[in-house]
Amino acid sequence: MPSQFRFFPEQASTFASRIDLLYFVLLAITVVMSVLIFVMILFFMIRYRRGSKVIRGPQVGSNLRLELLWSIIPLVIMMGIFAWGADIYFDRSYPPAAALDVYVVGKQWMWKLQHPQGKREINELHVPRGYPVRLTMISQDVIHSFYVPAFRMKQDVLPGRYTTTWFEATKTGEFHLFCAEYCGTDHSRMKGRVIVMEPAEYQAWLQSSTGTFASRGEQVFNDFRCGSCHSPEAGNRAPLLTGAFGRPVALVGGQTITFDENYARESILHPQAKIVAGFGETAMPTFEGQLDEEQILALIDYLKSLSGQAASPSAAPSAGSSAP
Amino acid sequence: MKMSAIEPRTDYLNAGYSVRSWLLTQDHKRIALLYLLAITCMFFIGGAAAVLFRLDLMTPDADLVQSETYNKLFTMHGVIMVFFFLIPSIPAVLGNFLLPLMIGARDLAFPKLNLLSWYVFIAGGAFTIWAIVHGGVDTGWTFYTPYTSTYSNTHVMSTALGVFIVGFSSILTALNFLVTIHTMRAPGLTWFRLPLFVWTMYATSLVIMLGTPVLSIVIFLVALERGLGFGIFDPALGGDPLLFQHLFWFYSHPAVYIMVLPAMGVISELVTCFARKRVFGYHFIVLASLGIAVLGFLVWGHHMFVSGQSVYAGMVFSILSFLVAVPSAIKVFNWTATLYGGQIGYETPMLYALGFVGLFTIGGLTGLFLATTAVDVHVHDTYFVVAHFHYIMVGGAVMAYLGGIHYWWPKITGRMYPEWWARLSALMIFVGFNLTFFPQFILGYLGMPRRYHVYPEEFQMLNVLSSAGASILGVGYLLPMAYFTWSLWYSPLAGDNPWGATGLEWQTTSPPPTENFPVIPTVVTEPYDYETNSDQTITVRRQGEFAHE
Repeated sequence: MPSQFRFFPEQASTFASRIDLLYFVLLAITVVMSVLIFVMILFFMIRYRRGSKVIRGPQVGSNLRLELLWSIIPLVIMMGIFAWGADIYFDRSYPPAAALDVYVVGKQWMWKLQHPQGKREINELHVPRGYPVRLTMISQDVIHSFYVPAFRMKQDVLPGRYTTTWFEATKTGEFHLFCAEYCGTDHSRMKGRVIVMEPAEYQAWLQSSTGTFASRGEQVFNDFRCGSCHSPEAGNRAPLLTGAFGRPVALVGGQTITFDENYARESILHPQAKIVAGFGETAMPTFEGQLDEEQILALIDYLKSLSGQAASPSAAPSAGSSAP
Repeated sequence: MKMSAIEPRTDYLNAGYSVRSWLLTQDHKRIALLYLLAITCMFFIGGAAAVLFRLDLMTPDADLVQSETYNKLFTMHGVIMVFFFLIPSIPAVLGNFLLPLMIGARDLAFPKLNLLSWYVFIAGGAFTIWAIVHGGVDTGWTFYTPYTSTYSNTHVMSTALGVFIVGFSSILTALNFLVTIHTMRAPGLTWFRLPLFVWTMYATSLVIMLGTPVLSIVIFLVALERGLGFGIFDPALGGDPLLFQHLFWFYSHPAVYIMVLPAMGVISELVTCFARKRVFGYHFIVLASLGIAVLGFLVWGHHMFVSGQSVYAGMVFSILSFLVAVPSAIKVFNWTATLYGGQIGYETPMLYALGFVGLFTIGGLTGLFLATTAVDVHVHDTYFVVAHFHYIMVGGAVMAYLGGIHYWWPKITGRMYPEWWARLSALMIFVGFNLTFFPQFILGYLGMPRRYHVYPEEFQMLNVLSSAGASILGVGYLLPMAYFTWSLWYSPLAGDNPWGATGLEWQTTSPPPTENFPVIPTVVTEPYDYETNSDQTITVRRQGEFAHE
């Protein structure tokens, strides 16, 4: 984490250089336009100062061609900037399928981070260089925002539902992690660091984990006796969960949605909100108030592991893998 | 224009001296002065908060105040400056004073309503000041939920009630303006002969009428959740926190245009007068004002690109935000073109107008960065945003307000202001402003989040620069207080039309009589007809009344 003065932030993710290029183009437009206007104003100010002897000519009220010119040219340039920005924004909003998962819980005033392989961290996030990392984030209280300037990456963290974003670090080192959404007294102390390591080092760091996050989820699953309904032995009392995550689910009422993190969370806390077709008769009790956000995330990671989607230790990058 | 009047005239200022004649006045000019006093107090309260937190930010640690206090200071600064200074500033002071004069009317359509709106403003202000005196509020002026509705332990309710009440003051004034402009124009004053200031008052009033009720509703809903536990915004109660942001910005983005449209109106008056030119592209400037008023309602989601709103909503709001930049650009180009071929003079109001164009250009262009979704992801909620909106609201709206106050001061008071001091303060404000806020663009791109009490030490140098600028800016704002007050007694009399300007307000005496015009004027020409009136020059200059020149 550099502490010396600088004019421009470090570039440490794949998005940083893309966003900075667009930033510099905008900066160039700003400079050109400002200089154009300021020079014209200064020129007129001097040439047409009161009492100067310059011939003025008749006063012109308007000029349609000029008005159209200075409306349409900026508009065309701006539409180009829009499309360019939207392209990057779109990429940044949809994590690649092969991304490593990290779960983030924000609370006044700390960040709790959970790796599927089992490592838990507070206000620190270790990630490997050269791998996309997807963050699935939720807040326990008010709105926070996960911001890593060196990655040009920011995403609000809401209470009540998951938001996701992702990054791929390109540079090892330590980088600031800030909360960017005002969240109360110690908002400015809700910060930490992201530590980007070489994949081999990261792998070694992960090794010291005790038990995967999914296994914690399985523990929760058993403690709350979820399997007494969600299992083949229970007959047809509840939908089976093996292989369900990430696939489409047909609901009572004919709608079809994807079984994702937000659906899983809603079904645990508000089971009656979206009932799977064929299970309209059986009422699952709510677990609201009985599970904290980390337990719910653990359950979700367990569900992912049942569908072969969780990042088990083997899915983490190994020393020999092809980092760019 | 010879100032050899022998017997004292009756004007709106000497029509009565009792407290009652002020506090129960129905004269739009006196009400404007009541507003001037009230919002000037508010400006200095809000400014004092800024002085304190800028002092604290000179070091990376919390040394002057604790974080609770710091958070209350920036909240107080935002709430007071936005709701109790910027929004009422030009409409309630200059608009109130000038609108009837500019359209050749004897008063606004509803004089009693006008007085009521001032009392409503004072009532709203009283609740908010009460909240500050009793310990303050720490939610930020944006009142984001669920922090505001559930978590904050400060005086949210009374502050919110103050903001709720003051909204009605804006609505009443806007209603008054709309009806007045529609029904009370002087004979011959057709829509396209209206001064551009009147057009911007019209556009602003539309935005106020349509937007402010939404703010009232959202504050009411926050109060329901906070006071009675209704689940509206807090997910723990079954609510949706983003709903608050949508409703809040549906008002608060257009509120930016409530601040800047009137400023644009003032600038159009100043640029034409001091360039001795008919405005270039009158119809385009009018259309641009109305375009801004309409499009301004369709861009609120650009405050929410990283909030978790859908990606496609983000893109739609992005494209609309670029569109709203076009009419603003049109205005800047037209003001610049107006200077071409003029007889440009550099009295203080013109210095403010030129300062406005420069700062507004930078403010507007940096807005493009924020409309660009991908770049906004990085700079959202950083000092880049803080710098951008201060360029618009302070570099834009406040510069125009001060320029307008200087320009119409001779009409309002009958006396000139001291030109040398006024130029000095305009220069200090311009330099101080840039020194305060330009470093914040760099800070923002470096990644310093806004509303940060403590910050990493590599940001210190730029923060010190910013605080140094703020001290110059502060002195720049105090100077006019002093010389305007001084001028009430010691400045030379101004005469009816010291600038040789064309507007109807300059055709009556200074200060105007209570009924504005002894005989309602008939309008036969377009506005800004400085070509026909080219023999009218700036009389104060000719009279050699500038002691320091």
